[in-house]
Amino acid sequence: MTVLLWLVPLALLIGLLALAGFAWALSSGQYEDLDGAASRILFDDTPARREPR
Amino acid sequence: MTTLTLDPPAVTGSCDHCGAASIPGSRFCCTGCEGAHALVRGLGLDAFYARRDTADGTLRPAAAAPVAYAPLARALSGGRHRLELMVAGLTCGACVWLVEQALAAEPDVRSARAALSTRRLTITWDGPATRADALAALVARLGFRVVPFSPACLRAAEDAEGRELARALGIAAFGAMNVMLVSVAVWVGVDMGEGTRAALHWLAALIGLPTVLVAGRPLYRRAWEGLRAGRINMDFAVSLGVLATTAMSLSETLRNGEYTWFDGATALLALLLAGRLLDRGARRRARQAAAELLALQQGMVTRLTPGGREMVAVEAVRPGDRILVAAGERLRLDGWLEEASASLDASAVTGESLPRAFQSGDALPAGAVNMGAPLTLRVTHAVPDGSLAGLTRALEGAEQARGRFRSIADKAAAFYVPVVHAVAALTFLGWWLGVGVSWQAALVPAVAALIITCPCGLAIAVPAVQVVAAGALFRRGVLVATPNALERLSGVDHVVLDKTGTVTEGRPALLPGDWTEADLDEAACLAAASRHPLCRALAAARPGAAPARDVVEFPGRGLACGAARLGSATFLGLPADGTGLTLWWRAAPDQPAVAFRFADRLRPDAAVAVASLRQLGLTVELLSGDAHPAVAAVAAQLGIDEWRAGVTPEGKAARLAALRQAGRRPLMVGDGINDMAALAMAAASAVPEDATDSAACAADLVLRGGPGALPEAVRIARRAQRAARQNIAFSLSYNVVAVPTAILGFCTPLIAALVMASSSLIVIGNALRVGGRGPAS
Repeated sequence: MTVLLWLVPLALLIGLLALAGFAWALSSGQYEDLDGAASRILFDDTPARREPR
Repeated sequence: MTTLTLDPPAVTGSCDHCGAASIPGSRFCCTGCEGAHALVRGLGLDAFYARRDTADGTLRPAAAAPVAYAPLARALSGGRHRLELMVAGLTCGACVWLVEQALAAEPDVRSARAALSTRRLTITWDGPATRADALAALVARLGFRVVPFSPACLRAAEDAEGRELARALGIAAFGAMNVMLVSVAVWVGVDMGEGTRAALHWLAALIGLPTVLVAGRPLYRRAWEGLRAGRINMDFAVSLGVLATTAMSLSETLRNGEYTWFDGATALLALLLAGRLLDRGARRRARQAAAELLALQQGMVTRLTPGGREMVAVEAVRPGDRILVAAGERLRLDGWLEEASASLDASAVTGESLPRAFQSGDALPAGAVNMGAPLTLRVTHAVPDGSLAGLTRALEGAEQARGRFRSIADKAAAFYVPVVHAVAALTFLGWWLGVGVSWQAALVPAVAALIITCPCGLAIAVPAVQVVAAGALFRRGVLVATPNALERLSGVDHVVLDKTGTVTEGRPALLPGDWTEADLDEAACLAAASRHPLCRALAAARPGAAPARDVVEFPGRGLACGAARLGSATFLGLPADGTGLTLWWRAAPDQPAVAFRFADRLRPDAAVAVASLRQLGLTVELLSGDAHPAVAAVAAQLGIDEWRAGVTPEGKAARLAALRQAGRRPLMVGDGINDMAALAMAAASAVPEDATDSAACAADLVLRGGPGALPEAVRIARRAQRAARQNIAFSLSYNVVAVPTAILGFCTPLIAALVMASSSLIVIGNALRVGGRGPAS
């Protein structure tokens, strides 16, 4: 059962990393526009940049 | 005055840019669309048209009141500037793409990012702030209406409460999953040593305790607010259940009992928060629509100063200031007129369908629209003291009354919570004093009874239904704006309709007459130069008519262009005809005058909607501020027997109050500022999408496509209410089986988890039925 001693903390650590990632994504506004993000991936064209005048 | 229902003009094709009916022989509906299409093609962004998913006609470039954007641009380091805009009409992914790509094609633009759900566009560019005007104009030329991103937009977009819920859900979900990892080990580990079990209990406590304390805060706060108001709500039941379970689990951990219940407490929190978040999301679109209206109609005014003119926020204007009101602009402040005369459309304030002439020194009401030449207004009241603010205060009283509405979930909680808590207390006393176990051991079955009853089933019984119903209504063009709007709508037994702008389109349309096509062609060119509603109706009958040059407008009377005259009968020197909705036209002094007659057209689906509402067992009445004959004609066409004309805003509110006094539950449908008080007084309220901003703020429902969707909304609301009742009844009956096992001490955390999950699934499954095409009742 000694395997638990490092396996459980490891599982918790990975979970906490995911939680921290979620908190970061939330505070950086990535959940603000779910509708837009959903349709944005359908458009992959690169912009046709106009020549500088 | 006659009011006829006209057939829509024959459709020949649809505009290549906006999708509306095009001019015969052309691929476009107007010159604006032609320009926009050329712009899109020129940028190589044609792919937009294949993916466009907007309502026909929304992408039509319109001349907007010029706003100076340069002062709004924020300077960043390195000579960069950033501008935030609200883009109306940004309704599909392709629109977002088009706007971003069109801006990115500008050489100096560093980034352009549009958000679909908040309609917010952020542009960053290298160079002077003055580029802001050109960039905003570029978006406008594509057919989108842009306005500065005002604080009102920001309030709607920055959903602080929603973000807090999302964060709490993240924490609760993390906690629940990890506690479950430990708990499952305890459940299956029958041959586990005492020491290992104690370690796992402590581990579960280590994860569970912070989770419960942090993630549950939104719920505890609501429970506390309810308690302070002297009410026991569902949040209180849930909070008590969660906290009691946590306390009991802690006690079990200390004495190394067989099971801890941290998994139940955290899973319950996660499910509840998910339900809460979904419920909020369902109403987000409606709030966004209201904020969009607000932004389009609110914002900046032009103040005249000794040194010239400046754009200022409405809130900054003081009494005594002079402001310039452009043609077609809505007055945001009360004041008196400084020009000799002016013509204003006060329909939103009083319900009159025709513009009225005002003389110098007359008091002008906020909410009216300037129909003539630009005018100067001497402001008498700042925003907080003006007539609109007075209305808002009147509204608050009515809304508080509505806030006291007890939803079905609250009613269930008020009955249920005391019973459950009594059962739990008796269980505790029974085991402790009756059977004689230690108090810690007696706590286990008592709290088990709490958590197995409190549940998910009951707490998400109503939100699940709300989410599904709001989604079903959204697909039918109805936005649900307020909490428990559906519940109130389901109980409605009487419908009060406003006339102008609600059952009618709120703008006149040209009737057939004895004029010739040549008359119409010429008159339309003159009319295109004016913003008067009749002139616009005339111009609309000849789409694409180029405005004539050198047109002189005499506000409230008519237009002159050389020898040609278009205007009222008296303007052309004819005897007054008194019919109101008529424009006389004379191309030259020696030619006979011809009359163009107009009528406010019924919305095409109004009659069907009234008939369907009757079929649903509702009585319908028409309440209008307009004149007697106009209201009578509309009532006759719709087959409404009960109608009132010439009703003041106070009269409307009084009528609604009288109805409620008589025990009726009226649904009010209106669009103007004059309907606001009545909307707030009603049991439930709805506004068309093009309503005035203040009215939209007072409403439960926003109707995207006119009143046609109302019967379906009532039907879905009733179905939703039925499903909510079934869900609550089901959750209660579940307990009849579950509670005795808990009281007798047979309930383990595994059984509690199964009960919770299965009842939630059944309740959600039942809620999903609401969205389908149920039996037409």
